[in-house]
Amino acid sequence: MKNAIEAHGLCKSYDSVKALDGIDLSVEEGKILGVLGPNGAGKTTLVKILTTLTRPDSGTCLVAGFDVVSHARQVREKIGLTGQATAVQEELTGAENLEIMSRLYHMPKKAAKAKALELLDRFDLIDAKDRAAKTYSGGMKRRLDLAASLVGSPSVLFLDEPTTGLDPRARIGMWKVIENLVGGGTTLLLTTQYLDEADELADEIIVIDKGKIIAKGTSDELKRNIGGDVLNVQVASEDDLGEVSKTLEKLAGSTATLSREELMVRVGVGSRGSSALAEALRELDKLQISIADISLRRPSLDDVFLSLTGHSTSDETSTQDSLQKPRGKRRTNER
Amino acid sequence: MNASPISETISDAVVIAKRDLLVWLRVPSFIFFSIVQPVMFVLLFRYVFGGAINVPNTGGYVDFLMPGIIAQSAAFASFGTAIGLAKEIQLGVVDRFRSMPMARSAVINGRLLADTLRIAITTLVILIVGILVGFRFHDSLVQAVSMVVLAIVFGVVITIVSAYCGIALKNEESVQSFGLVWLFPLTFVSSAFVPVHSMPGWMQAFANNQPVTIVVDEMRNLALGVPGSHDLILSVIWLIAIAAVFTPLAVRSFSKIS
Ligand SMILES: Nc1ncnc2c1ncn2[C@@H]1O[C@H](COP(=O)(O)OP(=O)(O)OP(=O)(O)O)[C@@H](O)[C@H]1O
Ligand SMILES: [Mg+2]
Repeated sequence: MKNAIEAHGLCKSYDSVKALDGIDLSVEEGKILGVLGPNGAGKTTLVKILTTLTRPDSGTCLVAGFDVVSHARQVREKIGLTGQATAVQEELTGAENLEIMSRLYHMPKKAAKAKALELLDRFDLIDAKDRAAKTYSGGMKRRLDLAASLVGSPSVLFLDEPTTGLDPRARIGMWKVIENLVGGGTTLLLTTQYLDEADELADEIIVIDKGKIIAKGTSDELKRNIGGDVLNVQVASEDDLGEVSKTLEKLAGSTATLSREELMVRVGVGSRGSSALAEALRELDKLQISIADISLRRPSLDDVFLSLTGHSTSDETSTQDSLQKPRGKRRTNER
Repeated sequence: MNASPISETISDAVVIAKRDLLVWLRVPSFIFFSIVQPVMFVLLFRYVFGGAINVPNTGGYVDFLMPGIIAQSAAFASFGTAIGLAKEIQLGVVDRFRSMPMARSAVINGRLLADTLRIAITTLVILIVGILVGFRFHDSLVQAVSMVVLAIVFGVVITIVSAYCGIALKNEESVQSFGLVWLFPLTFVSSAFVPVHSMPGWMQAFANNQPVTIVVDEMRNLALGVPGSHDLILSVIWLIAIAAVFTPLAVRSFSKIS
């Protein structure tokens, strides 16, 4: 497989800030790379270099086979960019926005109109095509923005935080749109602060913090690296905590942690999550302990992030928080 | 690096210019700002302040006023340029254009093209209103047309300076609040609305020697038919000098946006 994006040793400083500090990455054609990192990690700087907007201080980078510095023009022929801010012309209609983009890709008038309609249709905006973009919802604007980056039929697409600021429903809508894009063989680099987003969309993830790659791999690999599954048991009565903890420690062969407030016992069970769960149920049943809740949790990317950087991805998510909320549950809450 | 062919440089700028004009037509406040407000200024100065202002020329205050107000309106039209550019940079519109295989210069050139047209429209509207309230050219058609052309060129040159401010500030609010404050002393402490000799002495020193006065005086000469003036050459030198300084500045900060 050929690489659509290949970067070696990218560095970029702004005054005293090292925005990028030696980034190496490669993305195979047709794959999605998720670039995950908190505010100020260097995601936008990376995207700007890969899309020829900024030159790296050092390092080299090929996109669609061309060097982004010496062959910027050829790179621009092949890429599409949806930046962090929504770059649609609010005063103009959806159709006008896309027609202008098509004209700037040097399509004749008729072809430009046709391209605009095709994209409006594809992004479910056809009913709103003659309305000014400022009347669109956040999700619609973002879809229009994404459509605009596809006018030139790019083979490599860059999306900088495509769902930031969208409500949960619009976010999921956007995910669907993005998933469909890649079906057509487009290579995608997507940055995000949302762990579930990278998890959901990306084939491979790099985690960056302070301009450095601190981890890379598939989301499964990343999760595996920070230890295995965790079994959570919540009891009905505080009196049972000690006994449950002893039982779980015995079957897991590791130390349990317990929280009196939540009446919860947690124990790491490595990679044998489901069998451990079944075994625990059997044992506790034998002891006739009444259980309020039992769940198995694979570590989320939140945990990955936390364990890699020592700080959480966002200020709201404290350590406690991210350890307590099973990932599946958090997502349903958000919806 | 990667220069675009000339045909593309032009056609891309034309697309951008059309887009800018379309946006202009869609926003009522832009229309107000560039047409209704200048017309209100004409009426205000003509009828409210005009009576109190003594002017040296024949034809009275309305003939004195019109060249000044045309120049002032042309200069103030550049607010739209600066705000538009700053907003587009802020929103990432410019970044997207720069990631596309199009002429990078088109964003600036297209806007200047659209603004030249905008300034021309504003100028003609004001001129018509002026004629309705009593303004007359006192010299030949050639002189009259020259005055209009000088006004438009002046507006475009000021627009280049404003474009630089918008690009350098990259922020709509900054442009709105302080980005173009220099325009106020430049246009009002000039011969645009009142004869300079009515100002305090220290102010006259500035007013007499700054480009707006020089250009407005020359416009007035052309409109009122005062012969033998050498101000046209001085005006042209000023305008070329301003453009020569601010064009490269604008281009340079544009290329350093990201
Ligand atoms: N033009 C610039 N001038 C000065 N500093 C900059 C500039 N662009 C980025 N930086 C700095 O470089 C670092 C990385 O910024 P970058 O925008 O790439 O982060 P990010 O990961 O995209 O963050 P966010 O999630 O907030 O968008 C930050 O410390 C930022 O302040
Ligand atoms: Mg960013």
